[in-house]
Amino acid sequence: MERIPILKMGEYLLVTIQVDMHDRLAMTLQDDLTSRIVSARAKGVLIDISALEMVDSFIGRMFGDIAAMSRVLDAETVVVGMQPAVAITLVELGLSLPGVRTALNIERGMDLLRGLVAARGRDDAGSA
Amino acid sequence: MATDASVSLNEVLQKDEGTLIQNWVDAQVNAPTFRADRTSRQELMDQSRRFMTLLREAVRSGELDIMGHGWTGVRQMLDDLSVARAQQGFSPSETATFIFALKQPIFDRLQGGGSSEAPRRLWSTNTLLDRLGLYTTEVFQRGREQVIVRQQQELMELSTPVVTLWDGVLALPLIGTLDSARTQVVMENLLQRIVDSGAAIAIIDITGVPTVDTVTAQHLLKTVAAARLMGADCIISGIRPQIAQTIVHLGVELGSVVTKSTLADAFAIALKRLGLAVQKQSSAPRRRDEEGTDARAAADRGEV
Repeated sequence: MERIPILKMGEYLLVTIQVDMHDRLAMTLQDDLTSRIVSARAKGVLIDISALEMVDSFIGRMFGDIAAMSRVLDAETVVVGMQPAVAITLVELGLSLPGVRTALNIERGMDLLRGLVAARGRDDAGSA
Repeated sequence: MATDASVSLNEVLQKDEGTLIQNWVDAQVNAPTFRADRTSRQELMDQSRRFMTLLREAVRSGELDIMGHGWTGVRQMLDDLSVARAQQGFSPSETATFIFALKQPIFDRLQGGGSSEAPRRLWSTNTLLDRLGLYTTEVFQRGREQVIVRQQQELMELSTPVVTLWDGVLALPLIGTLDSARTQVVMENLLQRIVDSGAAIAIIDITGVPTVDTVTAQHLLKTVAAARLMGADCIISGIRPQIAQTIVHLGVELGSVVTKSTLADAFAIALKRLGLAVQKQSSAPRRRDEEGTDARAAADRGEV
């Protein structure tokens, strides 16, 4: 069955979507990613969608869901490399994904993720 | 009966053509819609004479339908005349007067016979001239619409520049009313430039937007949301006091969008987020006539 690879880089997980998403693939990704976050004890997830050229409302909502699920599992999510056409489509669909962090490219996304994870570590240390 | 009408019209047009044209041109010149500044009696005379020749040919063909084959020449001439007048800035009624002024001289002649046929002939001629007059108006309108479409396209092309203020900071100075079509172009331009330049901050300056209504605000918010999805922050600047009032009165929810009253404030915030600062150089003071250029000049010198 077709799967989207999830790469582990230290305490981060890297997901690169390079095919057009369909609903089944999206659901599989959601399953795989959540189980992987738990098994790898990941602190951050980076989803690169720079090759994604088409989205529908289902896929759009999936990004929001994945971000929310990761947060519950104590991992930060950053979506990077969204194409202008995809951004316009999502906004027109009314999905501005307020819970999802975004960055222009992988490099900036990684910086953001490191910052978020570090901040979270400090918060946890402070409240403990 | 149609043929009867065209025969009588033909007679009228044949008889004493010189005086007929003379009366027609007089009627045009004396009409309240005559534009002495745009056209001259001589020019009208030429046009009228040319039209009369074509009209006579058309009437002789026996057809009374002006969209018919026999009227091609007349239509062609009216096309040229209306388009030319539309471009010269005539009004529709000033253009249509060219035809309507012909009514009086022709009617005078048709009535002259005093026969019982006269009212019917008058009526069919009247209908014919009305149709010709309306035809000029239609062509005129079409000419104007073409001008409007062209201008809209030109406006669309030149009205959405995206400027780079600094490495990683883009500015989008919006001027004029924002409708859906324009917002689409603006949004696409901005997002494409964000991708190309990798800018992290985009400033949308609405100093040149005359009014902000709910639709405009919605469009702005959409642009901001789309830029955020791509990973760039948007700042809206150039909000005038009236616009601030309107936004609040309309109940538009700007949410977490950062707003600033001037582009300078927005730029300052952008620099701060990038970890940059503009400083005054204490040594080597340079006198500048314009104070406003100081900050920018400092920035140009790379003093950050």
